[in-house]
Amino acid sequence: MSISSKLVDDFIANDVSFITTVPCKQLAGVIDEVEARPEIHHVPANKEDEGMGLCAGAFMGGKRPAIIMQNTAIGVTINTLVTLTQFYRMPLPMLISYRGELREPVACQVEMAVHTKALLNQLHIPTYHFHRESDADEFDTILKYTFMCNKPVAILTDASFWGGYGDQ
Amino acid sequence: MIRSDVLRDIAPIIRDHLVICNIGLPSQELHMIDDQPTNFYMLGTMGLASSIGLGVAMAQDKPVIAIDGDGSVLTNLGTLPTIANNVADNFILLIVDNGSYGSTGDQPTYAGKKTSLAAVASACGCENVVECAAEETGKTLQAALSSGKMTIIVCKCESGNIKLPVITKDPVVIRDRFMTAVKA
Repeated sequence: MSISSKLVDDFIANDVSFITTVPCKQLAGVIDEVEARPEIHHVPANKEDEGMGLCAGAFMGGKRPAIIMQNTAIGVTINTLVTLTQFYRMPLPMLISYRGELREPVACQVEMAVHTKALLNQLHIPTYHFHRESDADEFDTILKYTFMCNKPVAILTDASFWGGYGDQ
Repeated sequence: MIRSDVLRDIAPIIRDHLVICNIGLPSQELHMIDDQPTNFYMLGTMGLASSIGLGVAMAQDKPVIAIDGDGSVLTNLGTLPTIANNVADNFILLIVDNGSYGSTGDQPTYAGKKTSLAAVASACGCENVVECAAEETGKTLQAALSSGKMTIIVCKCESGNIKLPVITKDPVVIRDRFMTAVKA
């Protein structure tokens, strides 16, 4: 089974039925998988804070939401994470491509990568880092944890986890 | 008419529906005029009332009215293509367009100058866009509810604020009673 299928199977097994996405090259496979599953209402967002607003609404409407985005989005969404998701105590699994780590071909991505964990730590957001494919074994448990504690939770997935960029 | 007059006018129409209300004075005014458990007050996060409202509408079947402002829609302009391309016929976006950032001291917005939010919404692909005068808001909103079609209403009103206190309700209480109302 592909890693994308496994992750989306875990979403479905945990009753996550509303997912917003902002694309990243590394996440293309998992976004295709989300779009393909009839159990999931997939709503592409133009910006990640907008996506978090949609997720907050879906949660209050009775669905379990999730967002899929790139780590650069942490810079975009700090205010939303703090004043909406955390302030109103809402759960939000954030499946994040961790650009700018080992095997990264684009130098500018490193500029946000060096701040990513520090920002998540500052925001007191529980953070998990998937580096090897077997790390995804914990995804199901992380989702259960997220909906138990009603917090945003970050799952950082780096290039090594996704198998690099193909030509390296 | 200023925004608080519009909210007073529409209060009897919206009181039995799910309402997502914009940050700052709009929420404070609605809270003072007619607090209801079906009202979700935004205490922060400028710009996301329409996104939250669309999310609620997509997740369940009851009608949802998002009360937004021109300044807030301009902050999150990407919301209009998302709304247009994810039609939820139980969703109404009511943009109270007074051409100013009311909560911060009535600085002018571009919607009060050359930019037409109704034209922007149409260009984004929204199919039922109605611009109305402040006095017509209640009638327009009632018609939108009766139509059963997703509708964007741009209510043109005057700039101006009334003095009133901030909302001190705990955010988790606001969220919890709203979610209980959703399920009722």
